[in-house]
Amino acid sequence: MATEHATNTEHALTPSGYIEHHLSFNAHPVNDGVGFWTLHVDTFVMSVALGLIVMGLIWLVARRATSGVPSKGQAFVELIFSFVDDQVKNIFHGNRHSFIAPTALTVFLWVFAMNSMDFLPVDIVAKVVQFFGGEHAKWRAVPTSDINTTFALALSVWILMIFFSVKVKGLGGFVHELFCAPFGSKIWVWPANFLFNLIEYVSKPLSHSLRLFGNMYAGEVIFLLLGLWAATGVSGTIFGAILGAGWSIFHILIVALQAFIFMMLTVVYLAMAHESH
Amino acid sequence: MNINFTLIAQAIAFAVLIWFTVKFVWPPLLTAIETRQKEIADGLAAAQEGKSALEVAAKKSEATLNEAKLKASEIIGQAEKRGSQIVEEAKGNAKAEGERILAGAKAEIDQEVNRAKEGLRSQVSALAIAGAEKILRKEIDAKSHSEMLSKLAAEL
Repeated sequence: MATEHATNTEHALTPSGYIEHHLSFNAHPVNDGVGFWTLHVDTFVMSVALGLIVMGLIWLVARRATSGVPSKGQAFVELIFSFVDDQVKNIFHGNRHSFIAPTALTVFLWVFAMNSMDFLPVDIVAKVVQFFGGEHAKWRAVPTSDINTTFALALSVWILMIFFSVKVKGLGGFVHELFCAPFGSKIWVWPANFLFNLIEYVSKPLSHSLRLFGNMYAGEVIFLLLGLWAATGVSGTIFGAILGAGWSIFHILIVALQAFIFMMLTVVYLAMAHESH
Repeated sequence: MNINFTLIAQAIAFAVLIWFTVKFVWPPLLTAIETRQKEIADGLAAAQEGKSALEVAAKKSEATLNEAKLKASEIIGQAEKRGSQIVEEAKGNAKAEGERILAGAKAEIDQEVNRAKEGLRSQVSALAIAGAEKILRKEIDAKSHSEMLSKLAAEL
């Protein structure tokens, strides 16, 4: 964090300064503010606001859901509901309605909403923030391009995974599986089994979170580079605008696809935790 | 890559959102959709039931109609039979009555004929006696011949 504080004062008119400015968080110290104890206010405020907006809108519809002829809003919500429910139904064969399916819906909509913030033009966001927060105010609008968000989601899923694994198989069954799957229960393959499971348990949250983070971060950086190009002159502005529009359109696919992949992996991991080997 | 307190804040936000969805968003939607699915299934089943009931009713009505037709033709046949029977009976009765009347008339005629014969017989005998009297009055004694004459009258 110390380096970040140092760069805060750097002027934003050089290319590296421009990118640096757009890629630094609105960080606030919590407790003593040393090391771990920092909160990215922009990430937190954006994600909570988006979560409230998205789930709140769905809740407004769900609250007055009728089994009769649905309104257009309800039909739309039911479309999303059925889409998520079908995906979960194909993967998980237990009682999905008590936890896994609603979790999948939350993950999909929330991640989708957070990814969608990538469509906001970075410099207009910066202008708005500077108007309220002063010359050097920083604001990163895309919570999923903050690794803290994706790790928070992936680690939550990871904890749920272990929780369900222990809940379904019992603590003994969980430990048994650590040593006896996938190669068998002979004692001389225990180390290999354990190593395999260890790698699996480490790689799951890493790939889960870094896939989303990488996609969104890269998308943001490309927008920044195009913004930089647009600042070089008239031709740069024209090409930057055209390519920016193209990248935005392509990004619609990435935003939806990454939200979908994140949801599917969540469901797959939680479903795998329910299966015994 | 700076992992910091944001991670914990986001995890809490995530947990709260999941709780909210599990508690308030998912159940009403699920209830609405499942109720509608059930209603549609029930409706389709009822329609199917109605269709089959209609088929049964159509079959039944056809059977009833056929039965009624059969009965009607049976009744008509019976009536025809009965009618002709009545006509035959009437014919027989009329014939018998006619014969009876004819026999009566014949008997009466016979009686009349006999009576007339009787009358004529007695009148003829009286006339014969009168004629004979007139002839014989001059020459024959009535007394001596009356016995012969009455014998003659009896023979006629």
